[in-house]
Amino acid sequence: MALVDLANPTRFLALAERVLPWLIAATIFAFAVGLGQALFIAPDDYQQGATVKIMFVHVPSAWLGMFCWALMSVAALGTLVWRHPLADVAAKTAAPIGAAFTFLCLFTGSMWGRPMWGTYWVWDARLTSVLVMFIMYLGLIALWRSVEDPARAGRAAAILTLVGAINLPVIKFSVDWWNTLHQPASVFRLGGSTIDRSILVPLFAMAIAFTLLFVTLHIAAMRNEILRRRARTMLMLQASAQGG
Amino acid sequence: MSLGPHAAFILAAYGAAVAVVAGLIAWIWLDFRAQKRLLGHLEASGVTRRSAALKEPA
Repeated sequence: MALVDLANPTRFLALAERVLPWLIAATIFAFAVGLGQALFIAPDDYQQGATVKIMFVHVPSAWLGMFCWALMSVAALGTLVWRHPLADVAAKTAAPIGAAFTFLCLFTGSMWGRPMWGTYWVWDARLTSVLVMFIMYLGLIALWRSVEDPARAGRAAAILTLVGAINLPVIKFSVDWWNTLHQPASVFRLGGSTIDRSILVPLFAMAIAFTLLFVTLHIAAMRNEILRRRARTMLMLQASAQGG
Repeated sequence: MSLGPHAAFILAAYGAAVAVVAGLIAWIWLDFRAQKRLLGHLEASGVTRRSAALKEPA
C-alpha cells in the first residue's frame, strides 16, 4: 500500500483496525520495560536524589508536547496546500493529546521545581514559552469546537497552528537565548549528552514508551473522528431527505 | 525502592501521569463506542452515505 493510499479514510480505517492491537501490545511492553528501568534500575542522582525519577515522565511529556505541535503543523500544510482529506482529521485529533502531554510537562516540572529550585513556578523563558504553547493548544481546541463545519474549522485552525509553530524554536532555544533558571539542553546537544548512561537509557526507554502511546492514541482518535464525520454526513442526508 | 524526603512530589508527578493517560484512554474509548452506536442507529434506520450506496448492486 502506497502512503498516498492512506488519504482514503476507508483505507485508513482498515489499516487502523489492523495496526491498533499491535500498537497497544507494543505500548504496554514498552511501558513495562521503561517503568522497570525508571523506578527500579536507574540510580538516584548525586544532586537531585530520587526526584530525578520525575524526569522520566517530565522530559518525554515535553518532547511529545512539542512533537505533537510539529505534527499538527505538517498536517496544517496538508490542509492548506494539498487539501489532504485526512490532514485536518490528524491535526484536530492531535490537539487534545498534545495539550494533555503539555499539561503533564508543566505539572511534573512544577513537582520537580519545588524541591529542587524552591518554587513551583518561575516566569523564565522556557517555562513561559511552554505555558504559551499549552494555552494555544486550548485555543485550537476551542476554535475547532466553535465552528460547526469541519472543513472551515480545519482551515482556520491550520493558520493558527502555523502561527503557533513559531513558538517551537523559541521553546527549544529559550535556554540558550535567555538566562533561564531551567537548565540548558542536556540530551540532544553538540558535543553529546551530559547525562550519565545509567539515567539516559531509562530516559530513552520511557521516551519510546510515551511515543508509542502517542501514536496509538492518535490513530485511535483519528478513527473516531472519521466515524464522527461519517455520522454527520448521514445525519445531514437524513435531514435533507426528510426536508425534501 | 526508596523515594527519599521528596516522595510526595514524585508520587504526585507519577499519579498525575497515570490520571492524564487514563483520562485520554477513557475519552477515546468512550468516544469510539458513542460513534459506533450512532452509526449503527443511522444504518438501522436506512440512512446510507452516497459513496456506500453507490457500491451496492443495482
